[in-house]
Amino acid sequence: MTEPDDAPGPGSAAAEVERVYRAEYGRLIAALVRRFGDIDLAEDAAAEALVTALEKWPAGGVPPNPAAWLTTTAANRAIDRIRREGKRDAKQRAAAMAYDDTPHEPVGPVSDDRLRLIFTCCHPALAPEARVALTLRLLGGLTVPEIARAFLVAETTMAQRITRAKRKIAAAKVPYRVPAAEDLPERLDAVLTVLFLVFNEGYLASGAGTAGTAGGSGASGEAAEPVRADLTAEAIRLARALHELLPEPETAGLLALLLLTEARREARVRDGVLVTLADQDRGGWDRELIAEGHALVRECLRINRPGRFQLLAAINAVHTDAPAAADTDWGQVVALYDRLARLDPSPIVALNRAIAVAEVDGPAVGLALVDGLPGLEGYHPWHATRADLLRRLGRGAEAAAAYDRAIQGTANPAERAYLTRRRGELVAPPGDAPEA
Amino acid sequence: MTQYLLSVHDDPEAMAALTPEVMQEMFAAVDTFNEKLMAEGAWVFAGGLQPAGTASVVDGGGDRPVVTDGPYLEAKEYLGGFWIIEAPDLDAALAWAAAGSRACRGKVEVRPFQEEPPPGD
Repeated sequence: MTEPDDAPGPGSAAAEVERVYRAEYGRLIAALVRRFGDIDLAEDAAAEALVTALEKWPAGGVPPNPAAWLTTTAANRAIDRIRREGKRDAKQRAAAMAYDDTPHEPVGPVSDDRLRLIFTCCHPALAPEARVALTLRLLGGLTVPEIARAFLVAETTMAQRITRAKRKIAAAKVPYRVPAAEDLPERLDAVLTVLFLVFNEGYLASGAGTAGTAGGSGASGEAAEPVRADLTAEAIRLARALHELLPEPETAGLLALLLLTEARREARVRDGVLVTLADQDRGGWDRELIAEGHALVRECLRINRPGRFQLLAAINAVHTDAPAAADTDWGQVVALYDRLARLDPSPIVALNRAIAVAEVDGPAVGLALVDGLPGLEGYHPWHATRADLLRRLGRGAEAAAAYDRAIQGTANPAERAYLTRRRGELVAPPGDAPEA
Repeated sequence: MTQYLLSVHDDPEAMAALTPEVMQEMFAAVDTFNEKLMAEGAWVFAGGLQPAGTASVVDGGGDRPVVTDGPYLEAKEYLGGFWIIEAPDLDAALAWAAAGSRACRGKVEVRPFQEEPPPGD
């Protein structure tokens, strides 16, 4: 080690540069895309600015406004690059851009470059999985290998997915702006859905990688885990930014939903086994996140323009409001699911409603509702719900068969462990086993 | 401005089953749509095609061109007609496509042309 005595350790300085870069990446890319109208150019220029920062900051210190420094440096690199291309029109463009930093167009109540970029990334003309990947790449600053690992797909597959989406944005001219007011609710819903998917991917971690693939070792599982936990943090960070930029009730609802779910993450798995809401150690819940989530839900209630995410958040608020599982206001939960079912008449919402109804009117009523739901044969929570209700009704053999179906249907190891344990606790009368 | 191809893909059997009244309504709706494209300066070109059975495929890649009867791909749905429009961005093109799809009662594929036309002098 031959570093100068006064200089900070190169490792820690580089880590600080990386941290600032990651935190500012979305803003940086968004500003560059607005100025140059080219995502690839913006990404290349941002990467070059990082290299420059890694050279200069460790010696000279982090500049007072690192975001502005990165943006200026990256913009200069982009102009150099356009000039190097050597085309006459490109040169003229570069010259124009160097002096003509056009102001934001008036785009409605808020104009932030990141807001435009997230609407571009979540445009309905892009495939849903491409929207998720692009949002994480361009706004979250995750690298392609990180996104590939988080979604358990090959790096080349993820790289192709992102490249193809960027090519479509450029060729088809997917606009870089906040949609007009009349399109906003639908387009915002697409953005919120992307953030919800990102969060769920991290939270549920249902893929084969976490279950231990064939020949998979504990080590590979450990390597995958932190990335997947990062996804929940990233979704919350982006939802916070979105809520700041576009404080629509549904944005507040999504943020509240993510916070109230995240607050219970630590209590949700114990010794590798899933712990259901009723059995969770409520002392292990993150009170700060819950307080923040409850405040957002109250804000939504005041505005009184309920939507899907607000209702889901309100349901989670009822759960996190109860000091013990027995204190849960299930009547309120049922009422909220009734409203949700009117907005979203899917059988999955009806299944969750039935679970709440079982708490109010008993497992027999709940089971009748669950059994009447169409098209959920391939949805393992349907089998798990049936199993639990049958168990509570003392119908052991039928419960065991339902647990088997539920176990077969999930790859999540914590959930499998929970269902297997529950199945083992059943006392089935001998000779009552149904034909397999 | 970018040019986009809006192509309409029809099921010939479903088309044949339409009553003359419905056909008439459809033609009228498409005419109205075309007039709107022209009035707003988005129109470049448009046309309806004869049935896919009238198509021939020519392969000029060999020594002598080889001609075969029928469309390039056998399918349930065929290109039945198209518009070429000029629009500032994809959202504008998608809005035209939605109106065109309503008028002609078929799904419309939106596809950008490779490059902007050279600027006129």
